[in-house]
Formats: sequence, C-alpha cells, structure tokens
Amino acid sequence: MSAARASILALLLCWAFAAFADVAVPPLTGRVVDQTGTLSAGDIAALTQTLKGLELRKGSQVAVLIVPTTEPETIEQYSIRVAEAWKIGRKKIDDGALLVVAKNDRKLRIEVGYGLEGALNDVTARRIIDEIITPKFRSGDFAGGISAGVDRIIGVIDGEPLPAPEPQQSFGGGQEHLDLLFNPLVLFGIFVGGAFLRTLLGRLIGSVATGGLVGVVAWFIFGSLILSGIAGVIALVFTMLSDGITAGTPRGRGGWSGGSSGASWGGSSGGSSSSDGGGFSGGGGSFGGGGASGSW
Amino acid sequence: MRRLWTVLAALATLSLTNCGYNTIQTNDEQVKSSWSEVLNQYQRRADLVPNLVNSVKGFAQQEKDVLLGVTNARAKVGSIQATPELVNDPGAFAKFQAAQGELTSALSKLLVVTENYPQLKSDALFRDLMAQLEGTENRITVARNRYIKTVQDYNVTIRSFPTNLTAMVFGYKPKANFAVENEKEISTAPKVDFNPAPAK
Repeated sequence: MSAARASILALLLCWAFAAFADVAVPPLTGRVVDQTGTLSAGDIAALTQTLKGLELRKGSQVAVLIVPTTEPETIEQYSIRVAEAWKIGRKKIDDGALLVVAKNDRKLRIEVGYGLEGALNDVTARRIIDEIITPKFRSGDFAGGISAGVDRIIGVIDGEPLPAPEPQQSFGGGQEHLDLLFNPLVLFGIFVGGAFLRTLLGRLIGSVATGGLVGVVAWFIFGSLILSGIAGVIALVFTMLSDGITAGTPRGRGGWSGGSSGASWGGSSGGSSSSDGGGFSGGGGSFGGGGASGSW
Repeated sequence: MRRLWTVLAALATLSLTNCGYNTIQTNDEQVKSSWSEVLNQYQRRADLVPNLVNSVKGFAQQEKDVLLGVTNARAKVGSIQATPELVNDPGAFAKFQAAQGELTSALSKLLVVTENYPQLKSDALFRDLMAQLEGTENRITVARNRYIKTVQDYNVTIRSFPTNLTAMVFGYKPKANFAVENEKEISTAPKVDFNPAPAK
C-alpha cells in the first residue's frame, strides 16, 4: 500500500517538474504532426496530400501541429517557437503558415509567415478560427474542423500572387550547394585535376584520389558528410568516364563535350538524390508573430 | 620604410579581424535591424489606436475618461521621435519605453471597459480591430524578444576579452535592453479582494 502511495507521489512529482519545463518542439516528421492521436491515419494522409498539392502548385508550405498542451507557455509563445524551429515556407519568400492546436487547453492558433501576412492577415486568420474551425471543434469534430480550416487557408493562399514554385522541388537546404558543383569552372577544375591525377596514378587510383579530394574539399565547404559524399562519388565517376575522351583527343573540343555529358549525368544524379529525401522539411521561411489565436 | 608601413597595415587588418571587429559590426547591424522591427510594430499599434477609439466611441460614449486616456497616451507616443539611434541613449530609450508602456496599460483599461458592452463586442468592425490589435501586440512581443537576444549577443561580444579592447578603441558601448515594464507590480504579491468593488 505504502509502495503504491510512494509511486503515486513520485508520479505526481514528475508531473510537477514537467509542468515547469516548456513543452519541447516536436520534430517535423511530416506536414501533419499529431501528438494526441486525434486524427486517424486516413485523415493525416488526406491532409498531407492536400498540403503537398498546395506546395507543388504554389510553393507555399503549410503544416498542422496538434499537441496536448502548451503549458506553462501561452499558445502564442509556443507556436512562434515551433515556427522558428521548423522554418516552414520558402526562404526569403516566407510563405509558410502553421496551424497549432493545443487540445487540452482548448486553444488554437494560426501562425503566419511574413510573406503571407498580406493575404492571411490577422483578421482573416481570426475569422477562419472563429467561423470555420471552432464551431466544428465544439461539437468534437477535430478532423473536420482542421481540414475545413486548412482548406480555407489554402483558398486564401491561392488568391495571393506568389513567386512560382521551383520546377524541381527541393526540400532540403543542400540543393543550392550541389548546384555549386555543376558550376562550369568547378567542373573544369575537377576535369583538369582528375586528368592530372589519372596520368600520375593510373586510371582507378587516380579517379579514387580525385573523388576523395573533391569529397574532402566539399566537406569543408558544405559542412555536410552526405553532400560531400555525393560530390566525391560524382567526381570519381566523372573522372573515370572522361578517361577515353581525353585519351582520344587530348586537346580537341571533344574534351568539352565529354565534360558536358558528365555534367548532365551528374545533374540527373542530383535530381535523384533530392527525390530520395521524401520527407518534409521547412524551406527556411521566417515568422514575425503574425496570425490569430482562438479558443473553443 | 614604405614596405614596413605595408606590413604594419596588413598586420593591423589581420589583428582587427582577429579581435572581433567584424563580429562587432555584424552584431551591431543585427541590433539595428531588430530594433527597426520593434519600432515598426509599435508604429503599427499606434496606427490602429485612432480606429479603435472611434469604434468604441460609437457604442460607449460615456467612457470618456478611458477613451481620453488612450488618446493621450497615443499622442505621447507619437511625440517621441523614435529613431534607430534611440538604442544608444539609455535616457531616451527609457522615455520611449515608458510612453509605450503607458499606451499598453491605457489600451488594456479600454479592453476591460469594452467587456461591459455586448453590442460593441459583437460589432464586426470592432472584432476585426481587436484581431488586429491582438496580432500586433503579439508581433511586438516577438520583435522585443528578438531584440533582447540580439542586444545580448552584442553586449556579450563587446564585454568579453579580447573583443572588449577593440570595442574600447572604436568606442562601442553596451546597448540598452528592455526591462520588465511593471517591475513593481510583479514584485508585490497581488491582493485578492472578495468584496464587491464599489461601482464607479
């Protein structure tokens, strides 16, 4: 009996300490993050599909987060922390929006990125909350409220002229660095250096050495092991492939055509590496506290 | 001789970058831009006030004192020249702070009063204005928090060794930061009074 009492006391103490700590920002595992188990897998899949469609069409990123509580912080303090951590929306365009629901606090908030503050202004956000979402929440229809609210947010964003999305969707921040690798000057450098190392060390070792060197240099520049690995492998294959061309016409234009064919090969590899990352991550958008909160 | 000067100049450049001159510049610029954002959002609030006062006036004309308080506080805020240089002058900064704090408390008094007018609360225009005011207050909070962080970075940089020497040579001084406005109110425990307040 006393053991049970002690364990209850310990549990209560844990809660007391937990109550003082700020709720941690959950990892961005998808466009819809539900920590309460309110939404069914089907709801989440449908919402994700809608939100993905928006990003492909307009480039804007919208995410939904449901947490049990944000105590001791207010929902405004919590949601700006989440927005700063997730960085949804495109960089510089800042066209991200975040719908945060604190289920047990019965509070919700639409956090709006700088770039959407014109269309999805405070008044519009407040109206979406008051007139579309909370009536459904009051009757316990969370999935319906969230999807209706998201639909309205998307409708508002659709009416806003925004820069067109990039033809090749990049979710990671590393894409622009990879572009650097396909810069003609850099390619030429790899080409010449690779040829030099190849004559010095032989075809295989020379290519491996080139790949390794490029990888190390890329590691210094990008600071990311995965990216530098990709760069190294591309350089390796590039050096190996360009072998026959320089051997045939050491000074001719063939060398350049070989270079460009290598580049197009590398380009397709860059594309596949970005589509490998099927997950969702923020594009680097920033928030300034715009939006509205409500309760039900 | 000339070569010696070149070498000395190169050395000076190198030691400057080493002693954090560039870091100070970066931090200084960040403080400036985050301060501009704070000013921007305060301005946004000040711009909202006349509309808000007008919409309340239509429903609650008898609340003259409160409305006058807001209008006066707004006028006071408007009279202070809010420039980016304000951060380097602790006196002017405190004055600016006080004026904004006065407007904040005047506005919150107004909001308390509006609770007594159900008709006003259901008015569409008033509700929109309230949404804007709440959004703006939240933006002010966010902008202030970011300003506090950048000033912290700046102050830490110019007070830690060896960058403090560089800061001293070039005359960079610590910048003023926000203090809690109602320090006194917070430090005294709130009194709970169950007796009904006398009608005003």
